Amino acid sequence: MMKDFSTTAPPLEVHDLTVAYDRRPVLYGIDLTVPAGSLTGIIGPNGAGKSTLLKAVLGLLPLSAGWVKIFGGPLAQHARRTGYVPQRESVDWDFPVNVMDVVLMGRYGHLPPGRRPGRADREIARACLDQVQMLPLAGRQIGNLSGGQRQRVFLARALAQESDLYFMDEPFAGVDAATEAAIIDLLRGMKDRGKTVVVVHHDLSTAQDYFDRLVLLNMRLVAAGPTAEVFTPELLQKTYGGRLTILSDVAQALGEER
Amino acid sequence: MRSFLRLAALAVLLAATPAEGARIGELADWDFGSQTVRFFSLQDASVRYALAGSMLLGLCCGLMGAFLVVRKLALMGDALSHAVLPGVALGFLWGMTKNPVAIFAGAVGAGLLGAVVVQWIRATTKHREDAALGFVLSSFFGVGIVLFTMIQNLPGGAKSGLDGFMFGQAAALGPEDVWLLAGVTVLALGAVGLFYKEYVLTSFDEGFAQSLGWPVKFYHYSLMLLLAFAIVSALQAVGVVLVSAMLVIPAAAAFLLTDRMGAMLAWSAGLGMLAGAAGAFFSFTGQSLPTGPFMVLAAAGLFVLALLFAPSHGIVRRLWRRRSRVARIRRENTLKAIYHVMEDGGFREEVVEIEGVADRRRETAAGARREIVELQQAGLATVADGRVAFTPEGWQRACEMVRNHRLWELYLTNAAQLAPDHVHDDAEVIEHVLGDETVRRLERRLNYARRDPHGKLIPGLADLAAGAPPSERVAGFGEKGGAR
Repeated sequence: MMKDFSTTAPPLEVHDLTVAYDRRPVLYGIDLTVPAGSLTGIIGPNGAGKSTLLKAVLGLLPLSAGWVKIFGGPLAQHARRTGYVPQRESVDWDFPVNVMDVVLMGRYGHLPPGRRPGRADREIARACLDQVQMLPLAGRQIGNLSGGQRQRVFLARALAQESDLYFMDEPFAGVDAATEAAIIDLLRGMKDRGKTVVVVHHDLSTAQDYFDRLVLLNMRLVAAGPTAEVFTPELLQKTYGGRLTILSDVAQALGEER
Repeated sequence: MRSFLRLAALAVLLAATPAEGARIGELADWDFGSQTVRFFSLQDASVRYALAGSMLLGLCCGLMGAFLVVRKLALMGDALSHAVLPGVALGFLWGMTKNPVAIFAGAVGAGLLGAVVVQWIRATTKHREDAALGFVLSSFFGVGIVLFTMIQNLPGGAKSGLDGFMFGQAAALGPEDVWLLAGVTVLALGAVGLFYKEYVLTSFDEGFAQSLGWPVKFYHYSLMLLLAFAIVSALQAVGVVLVSAMLVIPAAAAFLLTDRMGAMLAWSAGLGMLAGAAGAFFSFTGQSLPTGPFMVLAAAGLFVLALLFAPSHGIVRRLWRRRSRVARIRRENTLKAIYHVMEDGGFREEVVEIEGVADRRRETAAGARREIVELQQAGLATVADGRVAFTPEGWQRACEMVRNHRLWELYLTNAAQLAPDHVHDDAEVIEHVLGDETVRRLERRLNYARRDPHGKLIPGLADLAAGAPPSERVAGFGEKGGAR
């Protein structure tokens, strides 16, 4: 019964999701459905809550209200079908691990507690490293990598997760043009294989090119849908132009009240 | 604040140990050699316990410390180790004896209470972790000192032996203490061995671990509990004040020695054991000197060694690398100067005067001679009668330098639109670092140009392969240089 349902349910469904830091709301009542096999970009100004939305969906932040369904069920049930690429700055790159170690971490979700990755996992990790052209650097300590190379290590780790739904937090931030082109190729390849990819993106000038669906976000959902329909001057103006002064003032007041 | 508390602790201890004078008198019969023999023969049970206990604690603290250091939580170890002191006192008061189990339970309880207070301060005030740690460390330590003083004043309290908990006394370790240490060490080894991948991933990327659906809080707190166990079981040997050093120093040294977590754990545990053994040794041969300070000094010595001699991050290695780089650049500049002198002479001579090279390098003749002797030692040139000639290898290196320099100048003027008189200084630096692959790309990009922006010839592959300046070939002496 459950299984039948999960094949037809959308990869991601969010209803009335509200998130607050210190009782100060940063996301209000988000309703969102991401269809299978889409490449979706989340765009919005700084502080719009783009990363917060991703973290809330992944259960890294507590929800104040609303619910999230992954393939029609709770995240815990489908954690293996969900891949995650955090922001590059979120980890310490001096940590004593090499490139291969990090990519192997992508296999950890498939291993029970106490089990180490085996030969098959290593093969998968090598193939994923090869896909991002990082195999020659497999033995290198991760601190000795450029920004673009670090991003590709994270992508290889996500590939090694062999998930169906991916969340990526600013994978294009601060990478060189060659890496950016390689990443978008990779994302399109994933989409062609039927994966669903949700990407937080900061660059409006490329958003239209890169994604077939867009989510316009500024503390609340402005619009979501096929790029051709929502990438319009009016909606972008609503997203970026003019801060929602009353909303953010109220949020400020709520935060100060405690 | 902290140093004040430590001073207060010292004062308490000194006031409470009137036997100090007698000990100094005994020092007269003290014989380092026979004590050493006694230590290494392991004939005394107390030596065996002290050595086993110290090494176990080094292993255990090294293991836990490695996780603290990579998680950037080194101060947490310091705060926890000071926070356990009131628990030690309460554990003693429970039965007015040094019952290891009661003291262990009390100390772990106090340590965990300290950790909870740190979390609570962080969550409910605007203070960050450092202020919370500082508060917990000093206030818990203060309470501990007060309780210790009260115990000293109780009947029978002066002989409590609790002063060993302050600076550590490995000689006072009994079989129960060693069994406790062994139990904790086995527990720590087992947990880290079993959950190795879990502890590494939650330390490296907690968000990712959480996205896998892992109970990251469980892993964090189980690590903190193991840490509290390690600290408490180490107290008797190394003391409250310095136990955090045994957590941090071996791990910090190990961090310098390797780039892999598994190797770092092994190094950290190994260095901890070594420091523990050294501390026990010096404490024993030094006649009832406290163990903790010696252990920490030994660990610090090992850290300094790692700092100096670590294979890739060590200071000596780095200095040596820089020195050899500087020497290489100097050699390459001398080679280039010789080339330039030859070029100015239209390559009619295959040897040049050292004075000419000195002028070119804007150096004294003596300085230029020293540099050329260096070239000779490196097999790049030969000197005779104040004149210098390239070896085939030297000629090749010189051509490469000149080529790199001129290619880069040409690239900057052509591709980056810089004026020809703005490009020399940049090329002076770049010429030494251009790799073969980059040179090939530059040549392709510049259509294999033969002239630099100043109209000088750019040496090509044929010139490099010739192995000697053109004069030889022109004059028909080519067979001497050979087509090497």
